[in-house]
Amino acid sequence: MLLLIQYTLIFASVLVLVALGGCFSEHSGVINIGLEGIMVMGALGGALILKFVPAGVPAIVMIVLVIAAAILVGMLYSLLLAVAAINFKADQTLVGTALNLLGTAAAVVIVRAINMAESKDNVSSTISYIESKKAFLVRIGGFEFNWFMLIAAIALVASYVVLYKTRFGLRLQACGEHPQAADSVGINVYKMRYAGVLISGMLGGLGGIVYITAGVSEWKFENGVAGFGFLALAVMIFGQWKPLNIGIAAVLFGLFRALSNVYTGFPALVALKLPSTLYNMLPYIISLIVLAFTSQKSRAPKAEGIPYDKGQR
Amino acid sequence: MNKREKKSLLRNGALQSLIASLACIIIGLLIGYIALLLINPAGAGKAIVSILKNFMYYPTQVKALQYFGSTLVKTAPLLLCSLSVLFAYKVGLFNIGAAGQYVAGAGACLYCALAWKLPWYVCILAAVIVGAALAAISGVLKAYCNVNEVISCIMLNWIALYVVNMVLSTVKDPSSPYSIALSTGNPKAIIPSLGLSALFAKNKYVTIALPLAVLVAVLVWVVLEKTKLGYELKATGMNKQAAKYCGMREKYNIILTMTISGALAGMGAAFFYLTGVEQWAVTQTSVPGMGFNGIAAAFLGGLHPIGTVFSSYFIQHITSGGAYVDKSMYCAQISDLISALIIYLCGFVFFFKLWLNRLLDKRDEKRMMKEQKGGEA
Repeated sequence: MLLLIQYTLIFASVLVLVALGGCFSEHSGVINIGLEGIMVMGALGGALILKFVPAGVPAIVMIVLVIAAAILVGMLYSLLLAVAAINFKADQTLVGTALNLLGTAAAVVIVRAINMAESKDNVSSTISYIESKKAFLVRIGGFEFNWFMLIAAIALVASYVVLYKTRFGLRLQACGEHPQAADSVGINVYKMRYAGVLISGMLGGLGGIVYITAGVSEWKFENGVAGFGFLALAVMIFGQWKPLNIGIAAVLFGLFRALSNVYTGFPALVALKLPSTLYNMLPYIISLIVLAFTSQKSRAPKAEGIPYDKGQR
Repeated sequence: MNKREKKSLLRNGALQSLIASLACIIIGLLIGYIALLLINPAGAGKAIVSILKNFMYYPTQVKALQYFGSTLVKTAPLLLCSLSVLFAYKVGLFNIGAAGQYVAGAGACLYCALAWKLPWYVCILAAVIVGAALAAISGVLKAYCNVNEVISCIMLNWIALYVVNMVLSTVKDPSSPYSIALSTGNPKAIIPSLGLSALFAKNKYVTIALPLAVLVAVLVWVVLEKTKLGYELKATGMNKQAAKYCGMREKYNIILTMTISGALAGMGAAFFYLTGVEQWAVTQTSVPGMGFNGIAAAFLGGLHPIGTVFSSYFIQHITSGGAYVDKSMYCAQISDLISALIIYLCGFVFFFKLWLNRLLDKRDEKRMMKEQKGGEA
């Protein structure tokens, strides 16, 4: 049971971070389908730090370095979306999809190059970080507390405050609802959208490193992040683009994802004799069903997906 | 006079698309080359050349011809996947689920072939139906529940992968993680070659799937451009409300589009797996890239069915070519990187055309001014 809670919380942390990223981007008016790719790149940045910084450094240094790397790489990578979608008015779905494919391909190429440079025979795309990962974990009895859980909680509260209580957040939302109106009162729509996309890159990259360190100690980059970026988008829609609802939705989805890791620990579930593949599919099936029921009355930002053209009225 | 002709040529949409696509390819290759340089500067030039050479890597003509055939074998499914993406995109839907529908089609045709020992044409039909059914789910969700088709498609991609792995485990070769080879399991299910393989130095995987795929491309073009159905579908894509106002059944059209799109992707899978060139690995943990490469091919082909014939070949050419890079320095995924870059660059095509037209307008305006001045004098 404790294990289930632990896994639920860590997967919920991933979903919260990435969904909040999507939330910022969409509130500014840019659809970020590329979150999956951003996660992969952020994960790569963090994993490289985990790999190359010696495990002996104090935990706090390790944590700061890993987070900084994940955030930085995620933001840089999201710039690709920002430039294409904001300055060049590209099709946001197309560019997002490209980012997803590019993220996985680039990560594999980079990791393999590093592995091959280390030893000629190592052609795998796996990075392992058994020792260095321990910096993030604090044992409280049988419960493995992960610092990322705290960070996700902070991000959730901070997002709420930023979006609803600050001038920046309200302006950001205006750009996603009615950019022309926002522009007419002197808000720089392009700048705001850049901010939205960069924040999503930051949170997406962070979510990526949390995901690949959740429950495992090595990651094969060929798998990308297994559709988690899209699950996060489903969480965001289910949460109706509102931070607090996103938090609740993330816990629900995290629970189903966690089940596939730990269902063997529950005699009642094992007794059902369902194939393990079914548990792997569960998060995706649930999200489809949930989306079917919640999308009808969705309150998406009105201008999302539409490139802003100053000359248009 | 000569100058004016040149100008009108540049204004030609098809030519603009061609220039844009070529620019995407060149820039994509250039960035790929830079990536190779960063990894290991020693062999970068050779590596990019071997990606571009692909089957020409072999010195003898017979071998080269044979591997040219192999590239073509993989082009047929890619072409159908890109047609699937293209068809949906023309109707305003982004079918990123082509990958999942491809997986579902693969599962259906291989199961029919190996478990029920059905002949090839029935297996193709099964793949088409299952691919269509999977896509129809996304269509229904989009039409009636307003679910973004991109997200529902991705969910279905993963669900399809897990289900197909589960289903094909029942027809698995006991000694390997692959499904039983068609040549031993059920030779009847292999698509006939009708002498085509003789053209490619007896490459037995070259079958009538190839000409059929091109035929489908032409068919898609005819449906989209020359029929009432295609007109209605495109109208729905441009403006759902307007289409409804004109008496078109917009919900039905959305579902129909997704169904056709899924059928194309499913057929692609049949055209690949029923040649016997590869078996399905039931331990697969990621969705095959064919459907995603289809997106690259569709956009690179300027979203024109005939254009995609060539772009599909190109994408497959460099993907196959990736296998020939020096493995002690680089990995084959460098080709994936290049095709992903090409998709990204395709996002700029719209802007490029806008910019080009604006440039042409400006030039025309200047010339008009000059002519007017000349007339006055």
